[in-house]
Amino acid sequence: MTLFGTRIPMMTSLIFWLLVWEIVGQLELMFLIPPVTSIIAAGIDLVQTGSWQSASMITLRSFVYGMALSIVVGVPLGVLMGRVKVIDNICGLWVNMFVSAPLSALVPILMILFGLGETTVFVTVFLFAVWIIVLDARAGVMQVPTSLVEMGRSYGASRWTIFTKIILLSALPEILAGIRIGLIRGVKGVVIGQILVSVIGYGELFELYSRNFDMERFWALTMLLFVVAMLLSAGVEHFEKRIEYYAGAR
Amino acid sequence: MQMTVSPAKLDNGIGASKEAPATFIESVRTFADQRRSFWIVISLAILFAAWEMAGRIPISFAFPTFFETVAAFAEMVADGSMHRAYFLTLQPLLLGVVLSAVIGIALGVAMGLSDKAEWLLAPVFIVLQAAPMAALVPLVTFVYGIGLTAKTLAVIMLALPVIVLNSYKAVRHVNPSLVDMCRSFQGTRLQQIFKIIIPDASPVLFAGLRLGIAAGFIGVMLAELLITPTGIGDLITYHRSVANYAHMYAAVASIIAVSTLTLAGLQYVETHWLRPEKRRK
Amino acid sequence: MANPALARSSAGVTAVTSNDPVVQVCDVCKNYRDVEALRGINLEFERGKLTTLLGPSGCGKTTLLKIIAGLVPATSGEIRVNGRAVTGPGPERAFVFQDFALMPWATVLRNVAFGLELKGVVSAERNRIARRYIEQVGLAGFEEKYPHELSGGMRQRVGIARAFAVNADVLLLDEPFSAVDEQNRRKFQEDLLRLVEQEKKTFIFVTHSIEEAVYVSDRIVLLSPRPGRISQVIDPMIDRSASPDDIRRDAGYLDVVEEIWQGLRQYAE
Repeated sequence: MTLFGTRIPMMTSLIFWLLVWEIVGQLELMFLIPPVTSIIAAGIDLVQTGSWQSASMITLRSFVYGMALSIVVGVPLGVLMGRVKVIDNICGLWVNMFVSAPLSALVPILMILFGLGETTVFVTVFLFAVWIIVLDARAGVMQVPTSLVEMGRSYGASRWTIFTKIILLSALPEILAGIRIGLIRGVKGVVIGQILVSVIGYGELFELYSRNFDMERFWALTMLLFVVAMLLSAGVEHFEKRIEYYAGAR
Repeated sequence: MQMTVSPAKLDNGIGASKEAPATFIESVRTFADQRRSFWIVISLAILFAAWEMAGRIPISFAFPTFFETVAAFAEMVADGSMHRAYFLTLQPLLLGVVLSAVIGIALGVAMGLSDKAEWLLAPVFIVLQAAPMAALVPLVTFVYGIGLTAKTLAVIMLALPVIVLNSYKAVRHVNPSLVDMCRSFQGTRLQQIFKIIIPDASPVLFAGLRLGIAAGFIGVMLAELLITPTGIGDLITYHRSVANYAHMYAAVASIIAVSTLTLAGLQYVETHWLRPEKRRK
Repeated sequence: MANPALARSSAGVTAVTSNDPVVQVCDVCKNYRDVEALRGINLEFERGKLTTLLGPSGCGKTTLLKIIAGLVPATSGEIRVNGRAVTGPGPERAFVFQDFALMPWATVLRNVAFGLELKGVVSAERNRIARRYIEQVGLAGFEEKYPHELSGGMRQRVGIARAFAVNADVLLLDEPFSAVDEQNRRKFQEDLLRLVEQEKKTFIFVTHSIEEAVYVSDRIVLLSPRPGRISQVIDPMIDRSASPDDIRRDAGYLDVVEEIWQGLRQYAE
């Protein structure tokens, strides 16, 4: 938006909303909404506690393992689906189904299969993230221009060289886009998994704070999560931009 | 997001093969090429067979076979508990999705049309869409208890951001040449919005709606598992607590199937009725 | 240099006047932030004639056309239509788009009638008018088809019919045939000449094809790039009574093409 001839960056409106929040909080209209300043104070307090640090470690561990597995499984599966018609025909239905299915309903099953612990959360993260990674890798491989592959063949490249040097590299922008969306979904998965399991990590803390009506800490934890999710997505986006130059020129 | 079911292609297969294929494998191959339903049946069969076998081994005491699950499903349909559960689950879902659609499309279109609305709202919804909104679901109970309102709000919290952002992107990506065309024939701003911008944005608006509904299903299940044990969430929780695992699996599989069929149905409506230019692709 | 085809060829940025101007471009300049797209354009377009704006890419010819259409504001200077200064689009001008700008969700009939629909003409009346122009551009029988069912050439015929349907005095055509294949392009050019003859309207035509410009134009305005200025105005004086194939072989026609190429080759690469 431009005001008085100068361009105001879009994200500045967040400052405006935080101000509104602060005023609402100071007026004590709702106990649900404490002032931002006291949330920040609680947040600074929170990160120094041992319970937060160990909860973060647990959360981070299930997130990292879940993401690693979904990338290791998702990218090859997507590439296979993009290259081999039979696999695409057989798996396509399920991948398309799970990518938009209400996976939160699946968590209770995971809880009885894997117990009320980190494994369940780790599997939840995997299930939330993997499908979109598969679909994007598949899309990336499928839209490699035929002229590029024909160019490789006309210069005598072997099938393997074409696959590694042309198809995979050409699909990289889509693969990375899938991983970025997968990361955002993975954060949602770790949170949903933990609040449903509710005895480990942030799920335990959320449960504790909301039972004690400790709104400052509840919001502090939520905001920390929001900030981490935004930073993660911004980080991958930045990395994506660095390879975008060739995504546009394909 | 592409659903694999493509009913338009089903018709092509009937009686299309003219020359007789030489071998059995070839005839299967031509048949498979012509009918998508062939692959749907195959992939369903493979998964269900794997499920059945995993249940027979069994890989876990809490892993019923496929047929046990189907039997449990039939039992719950027969005794009416399935109907009652869906009646309770679909209410907040429908209410929440309709409210999110109305509010979300209005806000998104406004953000697409006005720079001021964009500045004010876009960052908020960008944050809300990237953030794990599920963390806020427990808060809803503090204000609205555990009734229909709380469940509806949970649906809105998850569905609204994605609908808003898609509507906003849809309007921003309207073909500028069509807008110029409307201006060159002296169309008013209102004509421009209703005759050009909204029709041209409607495929993306509709895609956003589908994503919103998918998020709404996640929201309603979260609400039913976390805060108000009613509906399908209650079926899941109850049968889990009494170790009726086949029934529990049947409830979970049914909600996933319902959401998939809903989304596939919407996609069918979209490509076959809303956009004439896509009908024959 | 005695070239009988070049009855009048004026160089430089001098104003070109004619006895009955329908559109006047007065000292128009256009800047996009730091980039100067057009500088000091003075032009007059004669009623009932077809004038072509020709130049290499980046010379601002489409920008100039959109300024005349009122779609893009000029940084300075003004546009007069029938003597009155205009600031936005008006009923006396109709635009034909390079990418056709057809609504994919609407039938050919509704697309052609769209200009009238926006003006609030009742549907029976506007469909009657639209059908007449659909027939005139040779698309009779395609009224209920959708744009995606038509070829590129047919789509542009829809665009032209739509512009005719609003009965504007001035038709502005922005590289209308650039997305059409060569065979259809030639057919189109011939049809365009027939329409100019029949409709007695003023045509302002943008193209980057020298042959096309010489073949269809009464007058060619050559623009030079960065910033866009008028470098030359040429009246080809082609005898249009000859058959299209004879015109394309005519020495006068070929001389004008050569003349323009010599003027433009300095801008190539």
